[in-house]
Amino acid sequence: MNGPDEFDDRGAPGGPGERPRIPSPRAAAEDHGPLPDPPPPTSDLEDGGPEPASGHSAAPAVRPVPASPAAPAPPPPPHKVLKSLLGAWALAACSPEETAAVEAHLTDCASCADEALRLRDAVGLLHPADSLDLDPLLRSRVLENCLVRRPARIPVPEWATPYDAEAAKLDALLRDMGEAEWRAPVRLRWFQGERPVERETTVAGVIGHLMTVDGMVATALGLPDPLGGDVPPGTPGPTTRTETYWRTAGEEPSPLATHGPWRDQSHALIRTVSFAGGSVGELSVPYGGFRLPLCDSFLDRAFECWVHAGDIADAVDYPYEPPAAAHLHQLVDLAARLLPVALADRRRAGLASPARRLVEAGAPGRTLHLEVEGSGGGHWYIALDSPAALGSPERTVAHIALDSAEFCQLAAGHVSPEEAAAGQNGERDAIRDVLFATASLSRL
Amino acid sequence: MQQRLARGEAAALGELYDRFASLVHSLAHRVLDDEDAADRTTREVFGYIWEHPDSYDPKQGSLRSWVAAVTRHQAVRRLRQTEAASARDCGPGAPEPAELEQKIHEASTAARADYIVTSMPAPLRDALELAYFQRRDYRQTAAELGVTEDEARRRLRLGLQLLSTAHNHPALPPSAPTARGRSL
Repeated sequence: MNGPDEFDDRGAPGGPGERPRIPSPRAAAEDHGPLPDPPPPTSDLEDGGPEPASGHSAAPAVRPVPASPAAPAPPPPPHKVLKSLLGAWALAACSPEETAAVEAHLTDCASCADEALRLRDAVGLLHPADSLDLDPLLRSRVLENCLVRRPARIPVPEWATPYDAEAAKLDALLRDMGEAEWRAPVRLRWFQGERPVERETTVAGVIGHLMTVDGMVATALGLPDPLGGDVPPGTPGPTTRTETYWRTAGEEPSPLATHGPWRDQSHALIRTVSFAGGSVGELSVPYGGFRLPLCDSFLDRAFECWVHAGDIADAVDYPYEPPAAAHLHQLVDLAARLLPVALADRRRAGLASPARRLVEAGAPGRTLHLEVEGSGGGHWYIALDSPAALGSPERTVAHIALDSAEFCQLAAGHVSPEEAAAGQNGERDAIRDVLFATASLSRL
Repeated sequence: MQQRLARGEAAALGELYDRFASLVHSLAHRVLDDEDAADRTTREVFGYIWEHPDSYDPKQGSLRSWVAAVTRHQAVRRLRQTEAASARDCGPGAPEPAELEQKIHEASTAARADYIVTSMPAPLRDALELAYFQRRDYRQTAAELGVTEDEARRRLRLGLQLLSTAHNHPALPPSAPTARGRSL
């Protein structure tokens, strides 16, 4: 320690009679006003001129404290301590006394002064993180552009691309969410028999649900079952699997326990079917009470992923985009193809009007013309008499026209068949049966 | 990942996008300050990586740092083009070339700094976040992070030291090395 000399001008880099001035980086942290501008860069230590404006005049910069004979300053902290304060000093995160001590030290210590300037310039590079959300449709544009420039040797099968896109979109939503939002209550709604039902869970519960049901597709492909050793006996369907998961994971599965594993599994699914080649789409996936070809089960999973991502987005009040038109078309097409079987199931359960006549397998029968308008839309001809019959425009007895968004809401069980906004024309029973059958495609 | 890309696995391309798209887009946006231009740069960057997966050398650093470097080069290239085009349109009122270079240099440094912040160890980033954006002093920062005051000072200083290396690079040359004789 040099005593009062510590604060003397002599020998300082600023030259005789001049104290090199390194202005305080910004207003002190105690000032809760708005953030000041980053400090102007000062690269010239020799600058003895007037202090540059420091962005804020509200809190005057703390000046070096000169030794005063009236009140002798306590000995300043040692070099090592002052050096350790440089980061905090540059961020104006020191006490006024420390700030003064550091600034006094800077006039004497060239190496600290040098670092102080460097760190203070670095503060100017801090920038709030972009809150800009990536356009969810950018992904498909980017990938498309890549694949035009260099075609994939191992492509993703076309029937898996809607699932790929929807899983990526949900993943982006989840990454934007805060910890608290993971606990937001989410209402899952679907249609059972003749009436709507609902069930409340959390965001994490929904992701667990998606993961365990995707797990049916995973196990069909020989991938590990996310339920691990907890799989119920037999071939449990989506509901049993989900209930099992919710029971074993406890009331509130943590984000970490669901987000990563769900995403890893979805990547593994895409990768596995890409390598397996086109014929793997014929593989049969058991859904408990029924089976779907693998290619359809990927469309089913894409649809579920979108619907539940929509439930989550509603719960946390985020906007959410529907699938791209080409993908939406594939999803509507799956629902339309499932309708004849769903009709037959309801007929057996006494919930739909009996078949008017027997039709030979493969022969055209009474038909409902389903016209889906808007993005992803098209025309479908639904065989009314039996799943084996052929729908044909010539045998149309009824016509329904509705928007693709409304059709998907109906198929998701989010609107009731009586309330679906559909233009109707022709046999009333056939129209009612098809609308109810569409709603019956929904499940937990 | 590099091998999977080189093999032409479209699924790997999707995973690459999911991992790095927000990094690429935000860096491009920091340089270009324009949503459309950032979108286009994102497309170019992934196009380039997909076409040239072998130009990544794992010995030079992580895949993430390479993706960031490709993005910066590509974004700076685009900035140079748009600035040159607008300078031509301005005629005699156009900014001096030196002024232009300064702007490009600053944009590139800002992108480098952003990358450094996103890739520094989380404890350092958290300390900077509290001290700078939330205006805590280092004692409050220490208390919130549950560390000693010494440790809080150390983290703030180290974090800024890392950040200051953003200045250590020369300005990018007018033609980005990623171009390799063909336009991206």
